[in-house]
Amino acid sequence: MSIDMAQFHQVFFEESFEGLDIMETGLLNLDLGDVDDEDINTIFRAAHSIKGGSGTFGFSAVSDFTHVMETLLDEMRDGRRQVTQPAVDVLLASVDCLKEMLTAIQDEQEVDVASVSEYKKALEVELNGASVETPEAVSTEPAETVDESSSTVQSVDEEGETGWRIAFSPHADLLKTGNDPVRMFRELAVLGELTAKVDFQGVPDFYDLDPEECHLSWDLTIFGDIPASEIDDIFDWVEDDCDLAIQSLKEPGDIENQFTSSAPSTPKDAPSEASIENTSEKKVESIAPPAPVKAKPATAKKEAPKAAAKGSSSIRVDTGKIDTLINMVGELVITQSMLSLVGEHFELNKLDQLKNGLSQLERHTRSLQESVMNIRMLPISFVFSRFPRLVHDLSTKLDKKIELVLVGENTEVDKTVVELLSDPLVHLVRNSLDHGIEMPADRVAAGKPETGTITLEAYHRGGNIVIEVKDDGKGLNKDMLRTKAIEKGLIDEDTILSDKQTYELIFMAGFSTAEQLSDISGRGVGMDVVRRNIQSLGGNIEIISELGKGSTIAIHLPLTLAILDGQSIAVGDERFIIPLGAIIESINIDESMINRVAGRGETFRLRDEYLPIVRMHEIFDVKTAQAKKLTEGLIVVVDGQGMRCGLFIDDLLGQQQVVIKSLEANYRKVEGVSGATILGDGSVALILDIPGLVRLSNQ
Amino acid sequence: MASILAVDDSASMRQMVSFTLKGAGYTVVEAVDGVDALNKAKTQKFDCVVTDVNMPNKDGITLIRDLRALPNYKFVPMLMLTTESGMDKKQAGKAAGATGWIVKPFNPDQLLKTIKKVLG
Repeated sequence: MSIDMAQFHQVFFEESFEGLDIMETGLLNLDLGDVDDEDINTIFRAAHSIKGGSGTFGFSAVSDFTHVMETLLDEMRDGRRQVTQPAVDVLLASVDCLKEMLTAIQDEQEVDVASVSEYKKALEVELNGASVETPEAVSTEPAETVDESSSTVQSVDEEGETGWRIAFSPHADLLKTGNDPVRMFRELAVLGELTAKVDFQGVPDFYDLDPEECHLSWDLTIFGDIPASEIDDIFDWVEDDCDLAIQSLKEPGDIENQFTSSAPSTPKDAPSEASIENTSEKKVESIAPPAPVKAKPATAKKEAPKAAAKGSSSIRVDTGKIDTLINMVGELVITQSMLSLVGEHFELNKLDQLKNGLSQLERHTRSLQESVMNIRMLPISFVFSRFPRLVHDLSTKLDKKIELVLVGENTEVDKTVVELLSDPLVHLVRNSLDHGIEMPADRVAAGKPETGTITLEAYHRGGNIVIEVKDDGKGLNKDMLRTKAIEKGLIDEDTILSDKQTYELIFMAGFSTAEQLSDISGRGVGMDVVRRNIQSLGGNIEIISELGKGSTIAIHLPLTLAILDGQSIAVGDERFIIPLGAIIESINIDESMINRVAGRGETFRLRDEYLPIVRMHEIFDVKTAQAKKLTEGLIVVVDGQGMRCGLFIDDLLGQQQVVIKSLEANYRKVEGVSGATILGDGSVALILDIPGLVRLSNQ
Repeated sequence: MASILAVDDSASMRQMVSFTLKGAGYTVVEAVDGVDALNKAKTQKFDCVVTDVNMPNKDGITLIRDLRALPNYKFVPMLMLTTESGMDKKQAGKAAGATGWIVKPFNPDQLLKTIKKVLG
């Protein structure tokens, strides 16, 4: 039977990466002073699983490597070895190495043998250098140590063996391990012609008989050219549960003597004559020629279809979510059958039923949609989990003392968002570590605790997820930011900036306040890239900072990128969708509010603010627009990343959830438009990109 | 056809074992750890149990010991999946009532051969 092992590879990789994360978290959380056994056990188990899986699926390099880790962990687990910081560091490095190896294998690329062997050497040094006993002896101990009590005669595999004589006397409780002599004889019979003589001597009186115990013993003879190892294999599991003597028929020997001498439990010192008197003879026909035992090594690697491996991303879904989904589908089917029943012989008096059914259908469709979207939701811990390691490594490197606090790790967010969020967050945390948190001495001098705190917090607010990176470091220095910005020519000397605007200077391209570019942050990929990434996800980013107290950077993101709550609007016969979150209010304006600035367009006064007006029909060149005069139509006040403007439109239509279709994939990028959607009547509406429109209006 | 309970906390190993045995015609129920396995074994009688040793919640050896204590599982073959380095595990497993073991890494053919050994 050949089975394509490649089909299990994807699952293996996923669980291995998960295991590595568990190991990493476990190692980072180890309290060296007071090591919890269960913590070590968890780490060990993860390593053990990876080793077992990689061996089975044919990734021997991985299993060899993990074996060394496992040995080290095993000794820690047994208390034979102290858990020391160097050991933890080596193990952490090994986790990295394994990650690289597995990633390479998954991507079907060459494993960097040199670096792997370097890591392995480090592990072995750790293992052998400090161990109380030589671990070599532990790991290379011969796998099979034959117990003295079972006097297995290991005869040499010689040519021309004609058979074996086996004295087999099970202990009373052999059956209680699920082993069965008959089954074993059946196996023997496959190897060659078998003669079995049973000895009833040990069977007690009927009234003393315990049917669950084995009281029989056997004298077996098997003819044929059978290697000793195959006989041993059959008795391998019961070695300790029986008295066993195996002897080649070619070698003259006194098997009875061995039998009786090694079986003191045999009652009434049965001499061999007695046993022969009481034996019944049974001949088991040889059923088949010796079965081909040599199992082929897994050849899956070569046959592996490419389909499984690359680019196919999978997602782990809580079964509860699937159950909800199935329930919803069930409800939907019921509604559908009810509706078709109503429609079969429709009369007007069934109108109420029809309406009922339709509203049910609407409800179910909506919950079905929610359930499906829910499947894509992952806890933010997928992103957060990499930070303990990052902070640990970087703070060691920078000689800073930093505690990382994670809050709201179970907050769920769309898978795409989770994946794209990772890099920006790494950048922000690095910044906090490098520029935010001060050196321990400086902190003490400033009257703060020596250990700085970085908090990563996630929570839902409205239809958004908010992720905050908070530190209690030195905060942003407004004057310095301003000076730097002027120096770099990003702003003029006389530019007046609010606090908020000043902080936002760090998001400008070409702005870096670090005195020297370190290799930790400031690699040239600046905060401007971070902000652009967040904006491309439909989110925004804001900074709150207090000099000497610390900074908080908050990222606001939509929960999902696939569906949007929108307000549809009419401009002539065109329909547009405005993301509901961007709308502040909609108003009618009169002439007194309008203010025209020569050459700079139009503005209107809303309470104490002047906002630019964006005439939608002009920007999108809609000839059929009904309202041409500002007082005739409606002004929708929208907010795009802190910049507000008024969109001049004909009319507001309904609010609805729309499925976002990419315009770029089907056409090309259009300024001011983030995508398109298909409306209920089949027509296409463009979804407005509010920040883009605001930019457009400023040009 | 005989029914087998396959216990392993590693999804890939569990799938591999399950797929192989199902392919050979056995009925297979999967369990993710010892606790899960014990619960499943109580609601349905299996003809054979194949279990990993290192598992969270309840390890394979404790599982075997607990199963052996159930009247229904007194004589049922129970195999442990263990690594070559786990000699002491084999001893502990035997003491708990394991029938035998399959040494990791193993391939589907070896697994099937061993299962046939205990189920005939």
